Amino acid sequence: MNRINKHRNILDFTLSSLLRRKRKNTALVLVYILVVFGLASVLFSTQALKREACSILQRSPEVVIQRLVAGRHELIPTSYIDKIKDVRGVQTVKRRLWGYYYDPTVGANYTLMVPDDPAVAEGTIVIGKGVARTLRAEKGDLLPFKANDGFFVSLEVGDIISSDSELVSSDLVLMNEGDFRQITGVPAGYFTDMVLSVRNVKELPTIAEKIRRLAPDTRPIVKDDILRTYETIFDWRGGILLVILAGAIMAFIIFAWDKASGLSSEERKEIGILKGIGWETSDVILMKFWEGTVISLSSFLLGCVFAYIHIFYASSALFEPVLKGWAVLYPKFRLIPYIDPLQLATLFFLTVIPYTVATIIPSWRAATVDPDSVMRL
Amino acid sequence: MIQVMDVRKVFNAGRPNEFVAMNKVSLSIPRHEVTVLKGPSGSGKTTLLGILGCMARPTSGRIMLAEREITSLPERFLTEIRRTTFGFVFQQFNLIKGITVIENVILPAYPTGENPAILKKRAMELLSLFNLSGKADSKIEWLSGGEAQRTSIARALMNDPEVIIADEPTANLDSRLSKEFMEIVSGLKEQEKTIIIASHDPIVYDSPIVDRVVEMRDGKIISGI
Amino acid sequence: MSARKSDIFILFIALNLSAFLFFFLDALSMQADTQKKLSEERAMIEKLGLTDLCLFTDARYMRHPSMADLNTPFQDHPTSIEHFPSGTLAEPPRHLRLR
Repeated sequence: MNRINKHRNILDFTLSSLLRRKRKNTALVLVYILVVFGLASVLFSTQALKREACSILQRSPEVVIQRLVAGRHELIPTSYIDKIKDVRGVQTVKRRLWGYYYDPTVGANYTLMVPDDPAVAEGTIVIGKGVARTLRAEKGDLLPFKANDGFFVSLEVGDIISSDSELVSSDLVLMNEGDFRQITGVPAGYFTDMVLSVRNVKELPTIAEKIRRLAPDTRPIVKDDILRTYETIFDWRGGILLVILAGAIMAFIIFAWDKASGLSSEERKEIGILKGIGWETSDVILMKFWEGTVISLSSFLLGCVFAYIHIFYASSALFEPVLKGWAVLYPKFRLIPYIDPLQLATLFFLTVIPYTVATIIPSWRAATVDPDSVMRL
Repeated sequence: MIQVMDVRKVFNAGRPNEFVAMNKVSLSIPRHEVTVLKGPSGSGKTTLLGILGCMARPTSGRIMLAEREITSLPERFLTEIRRTTFGFVFQQFNLIKGITVIENVILPAYPTGENPAILKKRAMELLSLFNLSGKADSKIEWLSGGEAQRTSIARALMNDPEVIIADEPTANLDSRLSKEFMEIVSGLKEQEKTIIIASHDPIVYDSPIVDRVVEMRDGKIISGI
Repeated sequence: MSARKSDIFILFIALNLSAFLFFFLDALSMQADTQKKLSEERAMIEKLGLTDLCLFTDARYMRHPSMADLNTPFQDHPTSIEHFPSGTLAEPPRHLRLR
């Protein structure tokens, strides 16, 4: 009880002491919260996105076979299917027919796809929620597509894909094969790429090798590659995220520096007075500990709470312009809440420890001063 | 109560600015009495005060507190003794700015871990003793000179010490407030406290309640033993 | 002098911690919706054989990063500078760089 009271007492004084310089400390806390908020927002959103991606992409194809000509993605002739489906270990081979379509009226890019089973009826399309939003289209609307031959093809919206799957389907336009070939100009006898399923995943390297020999102008992309792409997406080591991290670290260093650069004469005098009226060195250090902790812990907690609300309740509203970039079509989805405890702990240590330590260290010397010196103040 | 024997205090020993503040001083402070250390500035009375109050250690010599040798006690014990035995009133009052009167008074007792409600009650009692109850929640900066002085005395009494030490308490006060101060000292003496005051103010050392005046000059006691 | 400052601070910390607790419980309570969303996404992926998330629709290699060939991130020549903003957010996939 004694120890708790001692902490509470000293905490009382620390809070009174901090409230004396209300403006300075409020500004400090606000900026601190802002930095933590920014960093935590990035942390939460990237972690949650990565986790969801890796979770759902487990259902992606085992192998995608892509044909490359002059280093570029090239169409595959149908004959390749026969070549590959006989490779031992290959269970099924399916052709994929898909491509991009640029809509000049709104400046948006769509992904056109031809599902095989069930196929989309000729003259109709099934569109993703993002497409519907961008074009303000509803079921039954007729949408014009400019074909490769210069003519326009009008297709009726048969259905709109549920917004639940927007993360993967937002920009999709599913159509009939005939309509697709007319619009994109992909000739009969060719398709975009192949997907394979294999009997035993462990045999993948062998199968890939065989395919490489049978069709040397193709390259396989395995599910692992797909998953790893999304594990490393939003990597700390690249681009904007590195800049944000560097900025945040700089901010924390500046905060700590300001504290560590020493005490003002007023602070020194106060410590002397405390020693003079009976405080021990350890009491003074304890007070300084609380001083650092109050500021940094409050900022950390509030920053994280706001970040959580920002990312998981407000759907990263502030990041939207950055994530959207130049895209016109942007998927609307609510991230599934997830916080990586390790990264949160790292953030905690980065936020709270340096600042608290920086508050204590310079006071150490002043705290060990002979109380007698206060008589000469 | 307190005895110092052959105490020497040297500052910056061995360096070119070496300064002997006190040279072989022996003094005995009896209980329940008011002792005044008189002398010009630089005479060593502030230094002696610091040593008597366990605030500083002598360079050589011995100190006894209530027949117990405390010369070489480790820092922690010394602080504990200082906190419970002595209450200090400083020349500049040395109140902490920006916090309230009552917070200032309770401050010495914070590290004891005592129940905060009890502390607050005791502080309020002290404040009412000095007619400062109404100012309990005021900030220090708003106090008059006399109120600040009484606050610093109340603070000195917070841990209910046996000995009150005051360093030039009337230096910044007018005659009226100085006489008021001596009245407070009289009241403390009635409560059987031991009081040591360093002062060169005649209102202090000529006061009838003073039991003994010790004169100092150049780090030595020249009269009053 | 009603509430002590340290009490207010402790209350503040407690409020924050309970906010986290609330978030946790709220996320738990949304499990049904969460599962529904995940299964919709998975169904889409499986049905259409999808390989990428629809995050960036400004550039092809950003729309399907795992399918990107070597050429498109570098446009017409190897030292072409990235000019899509979304390119700053995600690096080219590893399997591209390792080949």
